[in-house]
Amino acid sequence: MDEYAIEMLEVTKVFPGVVANDKVTLRVRENEIHAILGENGAGKSTLMSILFGLYDPDGGSIRVKGKDVRIRDPNEATALGIGMVHQHFKLVHNYTVTENIILGLEPKRRDGTIDLSGAERRVAELSERYGLSVDPRAKIESITVGMQQRVEILKILYRNADILIFDEPTAVLTPQEIDELMSILKRLKAEGKTIILITHKLREIKEAAERCTVLRRGRYIGTVDVAGTSEEEMAAMMVGRAVKFRVDKAPAKPGDVVLCIEDLTVMSAKGHPAVKGLSLDVRAGEIVGLAGVDGNGQSELIQAITGLAKVHTGRILLEGRDITRLSIKERVEAGIGHVPEDRHKHGLVLDFRLDENFALKCYDKAPILRKFGVLDFGAMADKGETLIGEYDIRAGRGPATKARNMSGGNQQKAIIAREIDLSPRLLVVAQPTRGLDVGAIEYIHKRIVAERDKGRAVLLISFELDEIMGLCDRIAAISKGEIVGVVDAAAAEERAIGAMMAGVRGGVRDGGRGREQGAS
Amino acid sequence: MASDTTGKPQPATLRVGALDAFIASDGAISLLVVLLGFLCGTVLILAVGRNPANMYAALLQTLTGFDITRGTWNARYIGEWLTASMPLILCGLSMGFAARTGLFNIGAEGQYVMGLTAAQFVALYGPRISGLHWALALLAGLVAGALWGALVGWLKARYSVSEVVATIMLNYVAYFLSRFLTQLIPAANTYRTPAYPETALLKNALFERLTNGSRLNTGLFVVALCVLFYWFVIERTKLGYELRATGFNKEAARCSGIKVTRSITASMAISGGFAGLAGVIVALGSFGYGRVLGGLDNYGFNGIAVALVGNSTAGGTLLSGLLFGMLASAQPLMQSRQIPKEVTWIISGLVVVFISLRAGFRMIAEWRQKRIAEKGGTRDE
Repeated sequence: MDEYAIEMLEVTKVFPGVVANDKVTLRVRENEIHAILGENGAGKSTLMSILFGLYDPDGGSIRVKGKDVRIRDPNEATALGIGMVHQHFKLVHNYTVTENIILGLEPKRRDGTIDLSGAERRVAELSERYGLSVDPRAKIESITVGMQQRVEILKILYRNADILIFDEPTAVLTPQEIDELMSILKRLKAEGKTIILITHKLREIKEAAERCTVLRRGRYIGTVDVAGTSEEEMAAMMVGRAVKFRVDKAPAKPGDVVLCIEDLTVMSAKGHPAVKGLSLDVRAGEIVGLAGVDGNGQSELIQAITGLAKVHTGRILLEGRDITRLSIKERVEAGIGHVPEDRHKHGLVLDFRLDENFALKCYDKAPILRKFGVLDFGAMADKGETLIGEYDIRAGRGPATKARNMSGGNQQKAIIAREIDLSPRLLVVAQPTRGLDVGAIEYIHKRIVAERDKGRAVLLISFELDEIMGLCDRIAAISKGEIVGVVDAAAAEERAIGAMMAGVRGGVRDGGRGREQGAS
Repeated sequence: MASDTTGKPQPATLRVGALDAFIASDGAISLLVVLLGFLCGTVLILAVGRNPANMYAALLQTLTGFDITRGTWNARYIGEWLTASMPLILCGLSMGFAARTGLFNIGAEGQYVMGLTAAQFVALYGPRISGLHWALALLAGLVAGALWGALVGWLKARYSVSEVVATIMLNYVAYFLSRFLTQLIPAANTYRTPAYPETALLKNALFERLTNGSRLNTGLFVVALCVLFYWFVIERTKLGYELRATGFNKEAARCSGIKVTRSITASMAISGGFAGLAGVIVALGSFGYGRVLGGLDNYGFNGIAVALVGNSTAGGTLLSGLLFGMLASAQPLMQSRQIPKEVTWIISGLVVVFISLRAGFRMIAEWRQKRIAEKGGTRDE
């Protein structure tokens, strides 16, 4: 019989209206990499929050290294040797690596001052031992996201953790950084640590983990040996049915250039150039993906195209017409549809009814607008009814449902429905599937491809390289506000795109530019 | 696999339904809160050793003109009640309109003063043509209040100036500006101007005859039109839809192409317009001369309470304005019946305090839902 580092037996946690964990059992062996797989809302994070002392379970028991324990807060978890690398780092940006690591545990000299140099030595030792190559004196704001994650790892190693929980650690990393993280995980294991890896990415599990526990809708589905189980089998356990990984699509038939961006510079809110002299074409009937790590000018580029941000220099043409100075409304009317990155902030009025949300971009047109500025709320509800049916949106009270009371997937479907219903010439889609479950992702991808096949131009921004690779016809890699290279998706190699996302020029330059513009 | 438990007795579910429906209804809570306020007032009167029946007799006389102790009837009381309610309703609409569009207009008082002052000037210097004169004064008051509000809206939209701070400050500016300007009028002393010409007054002969010579005036039509306008704009029009969208989520509204700066300015202008009209109705309906204000009339501030109790809906604000108007105009009748008139202020104060119970009821509702979820283990699907 194996020695278990962690045993969570029949753990139950109930939140108002939902059972987040329903008698979930997790057994993690000593010194293994154990993955927890599940869709959003499957209860992975809740389970780990219970283990880390953030939630009190409503039932079940927890054993750490064979002993029954009750973990009431994160300090108790730390005392038991459990550490967690959160998805969103908790670092002080103007502090050094060492200062961040010792925060709350400052080693004191006899006179009461902090022994920073001693701490730096210890951090350097740990970094060396686990192959993390972190400079203990670097300021957090000057190091990369991947490096920041290693600081988080060091933070828990410094606290002598031997059970390390990683919550979706690859969400913020470039492909190269993901590779490096995978080897760090293996190194940690070689040094005797036990690792729990929370993820919904099967490839990472295949690469790093030995065993995998699958959760679905708060329930325990099973634990499998990773080596003897295919990705398809794990996906089916996760979703509850067979899943297609590839998006079904015919080869693109690109037509005329719909969106033409010429030498565009956009300033960030802080006044730095966030988009620098960027040029890009999107043709009718193709999906162009913008691959890049978050914060490399994608948001500013979208805002410039949709009119939310001012263009500093350069031009934006829609079907040959200069739209650089048009208002947001005029751009909507010119044929730009926009699925925004932040659906709660920009996409929906959460306190409006669903049908009022559908009407946000067409309330000023017939049939909803009637004479003398009066709105026809009956027509609005009818339209709501139609779109709910057409896009399979689940809303408890139909068109009268408050957007706030709908699930994330259905909110996103509602935004997509509204934007596609406008029949835009250009559809700008940002992070369309973030936080959604596999079923909703499949559906939304299908809709985007259908729009392409109708001859629309689609510009897709996503931080998930898999999504870009699966959905797009051409891929433009963006780094620090510049297009590093544009490649054909069919011929694209993930590694090359990853390199370009990190700023290394290597892709094939988009050769067709310049010729088409003579007409306008 | 765990078996789902569904064993919940039917009557319990029913009771939950009724309570939840009650909590969900803002109107029902307002009604309860008003009743609670009166209950407290009644207890208070008993505590000071007076007969609460006298208070209700005074209120009945205010509402119907019927004096239950003497058995006489005088319609003038009804007229005075409505007259007192008119500026309260308008200021309630002012506050409510801002609230429905995501703004907190604490400056109805200043907008009211601007409307009042503009109306006084037009009354004294406008063309003395019957019918046109008071109409011009109404228009001037409307515009003055609207501009005073729009200024705040524009500052907020353009430079992110908090409307709360801006309106409070502008209340003082309006007050002292009104005093200064009115005192410039020739033959004005420290508290009043000469009398208005007859053509400026909002007098309505028919109303006077019907209500036995009360001050009830043409302003009643203005109030009725305003309530209809409020309902129509908020609930039915493109403008109302845009303003509400901006109020709930400015960013999403902007993303959809709504001009947010214009929306916020328009909201505050309409809100100020209501308060400005309240100023006109008081200036030309209740007085025959211009006043050099010696203090604030407080209609603007009371409007906040009116809108709160009325849930910022057109009908609710109308009813709640009538309620507060009733309490105000019942005061002399109460005093003549040995009821301290201050009890009316206590009741209206308590009603406003109790309105915050709405949040408490929401908490109860959430807590109950949690309990049900824990017991039944219900899950979506």
